Amino acid sequence: MLELKHICYDVDTDRPDKARRILSDVSLGFPKGTVTVITGHNGSGKSTLIKLIMGIDKPTSGRILFNGEDITDASVTERALKGMTIAFQQPVRFKGITVRNLLDAACRKTCTTGEACKYLYSVGLCAKDYIDRPVDDTLSGGELKRIELATALAKGGEVFLLDEPEAGIDLWSFDELVSVFEKLRDKTVVIVSHQSKILQAADRIVVLNSAAQPVVGSRDEILPSLTDVGAPYCMRGGMATE
Amino acid sequence: MEKLDRELLEKIAELHSVPEGSFNIRKNGERLAANSTEEISIVQKTDKPGIDIIVAPGVKNKSVHIPVILTVGDFTDTVYNDFFIGEDADVTIVAGCGIHNPGKGKAEHDGVHTFRLGKHSRVKYVERHYGEGVQGSKRVFDPVTNVFLEEGAVLEMDTTQLGGVTFTDRMTDAVIGDGAKLLVKERLLTDGEEKAISRFRVLLKGKDSTCDIVSRNVARGNSRQEFYSDVVGENSCFGHVECDGILLDGARILSTPQIDAAHPDASLVHEAAVGKIAGDQLTKLMSLGLTEKEAEDAVIKGFLH
Repeated sequence: MLELKHICYDVDTDRPDKARRILSDVSLGFPKGTVTVITGHNGSGKSTLIKLIMGIDKPTSGRILFNGEDITDASVTERALKGMTIAFQQPVRFKGITVRNLLDAACRKTCTTGEACKYLYSVGLCAKDYIDRPVDDTLSGGELKRIELATALAKGGEVFLLDEPEAGIDLWSFDELVSVFEKLRDKTVVIVSHQSKILQAADRIVVLNSAAQPVVGSRDEILPSLTDVGAPYCMRGGMATE
Repeated sequence: MEKLDRELLEKIAELHSVPEGSFNIRKNGERLAANSTEEISIVQKTDKPGIDIIVAPGVKNKSVHIPVILTVGDFTDTVYNDFFIGEDADVTIVAGCGIHNPGKGKAEHDGVHTFRLGKHSRVKYVERHYGEGVQGSKRVFDPVTNVFLEEGAVLEMDTTQLGGVTFTDRMTDAVIGDGAKLLVKERLLTDGEEKAISRFRVLLKGKDSTCDIVSRNVARGNSRQEFYSDVVGENSCFGHVECDGILLDGARILSTPQIDAAHPDASLVHEAAVGKIAGDQLTKLMSLGLTEKEAEDAVIKGFLH
């Protein structure tokens, strides 16, 4: 169980005229074995929330608990080793590091070609075309996103934080992507997305709004409200907030 | 061959034993072992130290190893090697030098190499420089590489300085003929108080001649690197020079790429970027469970690959 308790996150606090609160007293729980999709308008703090969970950014106040342990002050490396795994919205490019190198780093060992193939194949890539390619600007955005997901699968873990995994992935590969989430059924999966097919694959939906408490509910509770014109991220009340 | 010789040879030329085919192994200014074949003959010079490496026309898929090792201090070894590559030949030349300086003085190897590539020949030249020894000892390389490429010839140079070299001043001077190509991949790693200078001067003389120079440098500690390139396009040609540097600790990198388009159809590009390792690269690797130090090493290893 991953828990956020009264998380606040402010930016530009050193410049009073620019200072802004991105997340305000957010308390959420992410139980094991559930897929939670976080949605919300641009700037509502979705990616920020993921980065706070992974330890890339530190909350201004509030605590983060993982299986009862307070990990608010744990480093990115420590969280990774405790079982947190992230696939970034904009995967980073390297110079000289190959897909194989990344998969090896993710597995903490030298992957056999068979193992590497398995991870790449599960994200719809033909392993032999990619395994020795450098993870640089010769790869398209969509290819990079798939490789990002493959490294997350190769790393494994208990909590998967996937930031807009569908970005750059062609529409006809969506079912394939959703089937990846299905494979993580017994884990805690937190996905940031706006895409209806991904929202439909959720057990729970969290609608973030930087000005108010997040709205949390089951897919069947939240999804109909998101399809109403004008309603998407403004609706409050009626749903249980955590 | 002694254990130290074998270790140095393995580092610089990945040689585990005496290679097959043509080779020349030089140790402390003397020839240690050599073999010459009909296809690639190795002839010792009589007027000065060094060898002529003569590749017969049309020889394909052959390699020649010419490593040098220095295991004494207070010694400067200057060697003149001339490569004559016959028309349509396609060979790999593995050079390189390893210095183990056991004393406080200076051990220096200066290889003066001249490549003359015949029409439509192709050479892959692999060179590794490596230094080790007691603290305070100097390991110095001042190589000079002269290149003359005839019509349609391709020289691929893959040069790496692995570390432990206290000072180097490298000079590569090339004249590129019609449709010929010079492709350079340089990797330099410096640490501590080391200093490395790398200079390229390329004259794109022939019609449709090309040069592509990519220098990737990592400077750690208080080390200092300087990169100078000067590409002149005198014909319809394409030239690209890229200097990428990673800075760590208190190191410093100076990069001065110069291009001179002296023909209306010359197209020349230079790029230079020097800075710390990008934070998002470290974060990505740390999110896979690597420590910051491991992440830094992984980025550098890939960068210098």
